[in-house]
Amino acid sequence: MPPFQQYFGETQNIVRQTVRKFVQQEITPFVNEWEEAGELPRSLYEKAGAAGILGIGYPEEFGGSGFDIFTKIAASEEIMACGSGGVAASLGSLDIGLPPIVHWGSPELKQRICPDVIAGRKIQCLAITEPGGGSDVASLRTRAIRDGDHYIVNGSKTFITSGVNADYYTVAVRTGGEGYGGISLLLIEKGTPGFVVSKKLKKMGWWASDTAELFFQDVRVPVANLIGQENAGFYVIMTNFQMERLNLAVMANTTSQLALNACLDYVQERQAFGKPLAKFQVLRHKLAEMATQLEASKEFTYRVAAKIGAGESVVKEVSMAKNFATSVSDRVTYDAVQVFGGMGYMRESLVERLYRDNRILAIGGGTYEIMNEVIAKQMGL
Amino acid sequence: MKVLVAVKRVVDANVKVRVAADNRGVDLTNVKMAMNPFCEIAVEEAVRLKEKGVATEILVVAVGPKEAQEQIRTALALGADRGILVEAADAQPLAIAKILKAIVDQEKPGLVITGKQSIDGDNNQVGQMLAALTGMGQGTFASEVNVADGKVKVTREIDGGLQTVELKLPALVSTDLRLNEPRYASLPNIMKAKKKPLDIKAPADFGVDVAPRVKTVKVEAPAARKAGIKVKTVEELVAKLKNEAKVIQ
Repeated sequence: MPPFQQYFGETQNIVRQTVRKFVQQEITPFVNEWEEAGELPRSLYEKAGAAGILGIGYPEEFGGSGFDIFTKIAASEEIMACGSGGVAASLGSLDIGLPPIVHWGSPELKQRICPDVIAGRKIQCLAITEPGGGSDVASLRTRAIRDGDHYIVNGSKTFITSGVNADYYTVAVRTGGEGYGGISLLLIEKGTPGFVVSKKLKKMGWWASDTAELFFQDVRVPVANLIGQENAGFYVIMTNFQMERLNLAVMANTTSQLALNACLDYVQERQAFGKPLAKFQVLRHKLAEMATQLEASKEFTYRVAAKIGAGESVVKEVSMAKNFATSVSDRVTYDAVQVFGGMGYMRESLVERLYRDNRILAIGGGTYEIMNEVIAKQMGL
Repeated sequence: MKVLVAVKRVVDANVKVRVAADNRGVDLTNVKMAMNPFCEIAVEEAVRLKEKGVATEILVVAVGPKEAQEQIRTALALGADRGILVEAADAQPLAIAKILKAIVDQEKPGLVITGKQSIDGDNNQVGQMLAALTGMGQGTFASEVNVADGKVKVTREIDGGLQTVELKLPALVSTDLRLNEPRYASLPNIMKAKKKPLDIKAPADFGVDVAPRVKTVKVEAPAARKAGIKVKTVEELVAKLKNEAKVIQ
């Protein structure tokens, strides 16, 4: 028996090295270009699909490589290592849009959608937030009224990651009465009459990710595109959030790691008052604090992941992991810019982008405050 | 034709290594490891030979720690057929070459491909030593490899240009940077590679003593470079190169 739990074994390490190589060849050299363009080229999805990277975590029958949580984490960490949260978010948008179809879609829907998305031929996204509200999912207002073998959808969605370039949209709609019991998920396809991408949104960070506002006017969606049971969408959305929150915790930890690594290099090189920054106790201790916080966050996130991998329900813990990881990454990215000084404020510095990209992590996938509500409820309050 | 490729587990090329506190080497705790880049090129060349129908079987061999299985599995995922790991951490070039010689004697490959050197020790010795021990012809620093009619034509990168040598098979080729651009393994192939055979051996199985013959006395970081100066004219530059740097006369 090993003296401690190793989360990453041989397969995970090989996958990590492979994804790292993919990122070095296919992503890192182009990150600046894509950040300015505000989107990723479609060919990147195709390349990642061909390498099998998009299929990590999905069933083999759809072209995936099966589910193993630490293989998924290793791949996510390496993609994030490109230094652009936007690249990771948009390339990974299938990970929030596709699981509802994989787990709850009809066999026909799965067969039609999953293989193309996993191969990178089609882009998948998830659309829940509306201009009128985000965190309060139970109050969403986009309506879908049954008309024969179609639903007629009216409403709008916003802040949708990959929403400009996506082909498939997993959309939360109201099919029933008020509250969480009236929500369903529908797959809506780009090009359906009445469905338009009304705006490409400009953001503080995540520039390489295309973020959209969507508008639906009398959009006729076949009933066959219903994901799961009618009016049971809220449960699907909440279940789906668990992996998204874990992914966001992983992303926050990787952000902290990249910022810390950048600082460790910088303090060795940069001289001030005749010695390297690394020789100043105030900075040495700051880096020690950053490393300690990150270490605790990583271990906690991995532990929660191991429980998810073992099939345990960890609604409370995964919310805690996300909040802990994002509060650490808030602190670490702030400190990293401070360590870099004026250079940290310059666009040529990695820490400048990490600082901007990081800010969304305590907002998306459930805000810091909503996470605390989830935790409080689980505590019986 | 069977092709034998030797691979080594080394520090990832993108890691900035630091000298260990005891000055006996570099600090390897929590450092990312990967396949030596020149070995990746060697694997890629073997896979291309197989795709062309020249090679029929690719055998990958690593001499290294237990974890070097990862690098063998990676090579298997890239297209190699089977692997042998000889477990010996920190083996030095001559010991590695002797182990490889014993495996070459057993396996009788038509072609052996190694990286020209590993980026950790930068010794650039194993390929040459192995060629000498086995009596095979060697084409080192290859930038192009063509196998035909029982011979291999190797274009070598040498000072001042390119040299082409023709070797009778079996022969040894060591790879230079520009031979090819290695692919990355696909996920389905990584999963399939788990089922490919990988034998674990010990140096003693080949009667090789891996006790170190070279002792590292001290490892130190290179001295920090002094800041440069700006010169105003070409004349001043030439004068400084002549009189201060003394690099031109």
